[in-house]
Amino acid sequence: MKDAGSKDHAALAAAFNKDEEHVDWHDGALWFIREKRDIASKNIPEWEQLREAASAIKSNVISNLHTYLLQFEANLTKNGIQVHWASNAEEHNEIVYSILKSKEINQMVKSKSMLTEECHLNEYLEERGIEVINSDLGEYIQQIDNEPPSHIVLPCIHKRKEEIGELFHVHLGTEKGLSDPTLLTRVARKHLRNIFLTRRAALTGVNFAVAETGEYVVCTNEGNADMGAHLSDVQIASMGLEKIIPQKKHLGVFLRLLARSATGQPITIYSSHFKKPRKGQEMHLILVDAGRTTQLGRTDFKDALKCIKCGACMNTCPVYRKSGGLSYHNTISGPIGAILAPNLDMEKHADLPYASTLCGSCSNVCPVKINIHEQLYKWRQVIVKEGYATHTKALGMKAMAWTLSSPGSFNTAGKAGRWVLKNVPFIANNKFNPWYRQRDMPDSPKESFTVWYEKNKKDDLSK
Amino acid sequence: MTFQNSRERILEAVLKNQPELQAVPDISMFRGSHENAVQKYLDVFKSIGGAVFLVDGISSARTLIREQFDITKRIVTTLPFLNDIAEVISPDIDPHTYEDAELAVIKAHFAVAENGAAWFTEEVMGQRIIPYICQHIAVIVDAESIVPTLHEAYEKIGTGDYGFGAFIGGPSKTADIEQALVLGAHGPLTMTVFIIQ
Repeated sequence: MKDAGSKDHAALAAAFNKDEEHVDWHDGALWFIREKRDIASKNIPEWEQLREAASAIKSNVISNLHTYLLQFEANLTKNGIQVHWASNAEEHNEIVYSILKSKEINQMVKSKSMLTEECHLNEYLEERGIEVINSDLGEYIQQIDNEPPSHIVLPCIHKRKEEIGELFHVHLGTEKGLSDPTLLTRVARKHLRNIFLTRRAALTGVNFAVAETGEYVVCTNEGNADMGAHLSDVQIASMGLEKIIPQKKHLGVFLRLLARSATGQPITIYSSHFKKPRKGQEMHLILVDAGRTTQLGRTDFKDALKCIKCGACMNTCPVYRKSGGLSYHNTISGPIGAILAPNLDMEKHADLPYASTLCGSCSNVCPVKINIHEQLYKWRQVIVKEGYATHTKALGMKAMAWTLSSPGSFNTAGKAGRWVLKNVPFIANNKFNPWYRQRDMPDSPKESFTVWYEKNKKDDLSK
Repeated sequence: MTFQNSRERILEAVLKNQPELQAVPDISMFRGSHENAVQKYLDVFKSIGGAVFLVDGISSARTLIREQFDITKRIVTTLPFLNDIAEVISPDIDPHTYEDAELAVIKAHFAVAENGAAWFTEEVMGQRIIPYICQHIAVIVDAESIVPTLHEAYEKIGTGDYGFGAFIGGPSKTADIEQALVLGAHGPLTMTVFIIQ
């Protein structure tokens, strides 16, 4: 897998920004989806009430998760689905491997699942001689390019069609230079149909898991999850603990919000409700913690567990649109990724909460009303307090705290700043100051606000 | 393989960390209007790339199916009235054997005006794989079965028992390559709905 190495968001974004025309295209493509979301949401007069309801249902879920997990497990068992529990990625991968091994299966087809990306399941199984093929078109493209997805709904949105055409030429033997999206999709359809027909095992993700009935819902537009599942002898579903909802009727709320928020569609083409194995088929479901119970205990950050993975926060984010999903060096990118990732590894992801302007657009479009931008701000404070901020950032913040806490030093610093900008601007405007890289410093004002205010207050009184 | 300790460890951590109980909200106020439900369905379904015909009876649907599709190819169905042009799906044979199905004709339990989707359980599909593996799908929907929104839909489904059920709302699609919409990703290339008045 291509790796971001030790580069942080800023460095990876800078690399993405080298091709300005491509950045403009990426920016526009994602904004177009944001606009489609706006149109779809405005067609529903009770949209805001639906968001409220979805958020409140998820609040209930995370506050009553223990009961729901037990209820869900009991109902799955009653329905004939085998339940497994995994504390972390390693356990999850081991469970999948042991299921396949017991059936002597060495090839599996997989539909979109960010959880298995997070667990690096494909690499784990490949090391043990099991081939996995991602069947969602975008994920398939990312897999043949040895790259992780850059967006949770549109995995290869950062790629141009010519790049995809070249990948198909190398891996699927298409004519060189072929880049028409319809023709490329037809080639993938034919190739993957043969995969579906020959694989005995299929793994899917889970969008919603209903505690009341022990069924789970998988949403796709391509039909790939169903093609894999209904042709398999062994069907496996992997889900994070937070995917539970209390009752089936709550699906009405979530399915009205999900696709409209994600792509502006009224519903995904397929919303499949899996409840019992097909005759002669085996079904397994793996409940995965992998940091979720820790997040549940973080008062300020627990609400991130409400996420239904629609991607709306990415499409609207000015930083995401201009830096690309891969610059977040985390499976889940964008604003939601930036508040989920530090929970898993604060040191590795200390840069992500800073990859934001805190404009709040993400929170405004979130269908379950997660306070994303507030959590980004709160993570910054935790990261500095725990000592994970970069040296320059921490130093700068300390200096600022000292300056702002004393009127004397504030006045002195102000005078010094104005003098510098006026007389020796190159001290601030140089390549060692990261703030200046894409900006120009303003002209120095003649006087400070304090001085101006004192003068005008007197003028006012004399009137 | 099951990590027994993991189950206990996870449940213990959840119990310890979950916040104070918040009530489940009432969602009974979400209701759609039955007014113009059929017209709304027609508009929405066309907008998502589906084809739809309003017909006066199943014999008109049969005539249209003969006109619209290549009936020399394999056509499968769960509907006995089509037995002159289609073979009846067997629930017991290997699903892989339907790989060459050109057209599947099945009947939905009901459809949803607001999103264009129709609800099927495996009994009306014949087999779970049918609506996905065929190249084209045609669906019969009774006009009076159309509900306004998903809220009425789930009320109708209730806790009804099924092994597998699905909302299907249009031909399979993808826009993964440069956001260009392509109909016919892995599932059917087209979806045609016949609304029987």
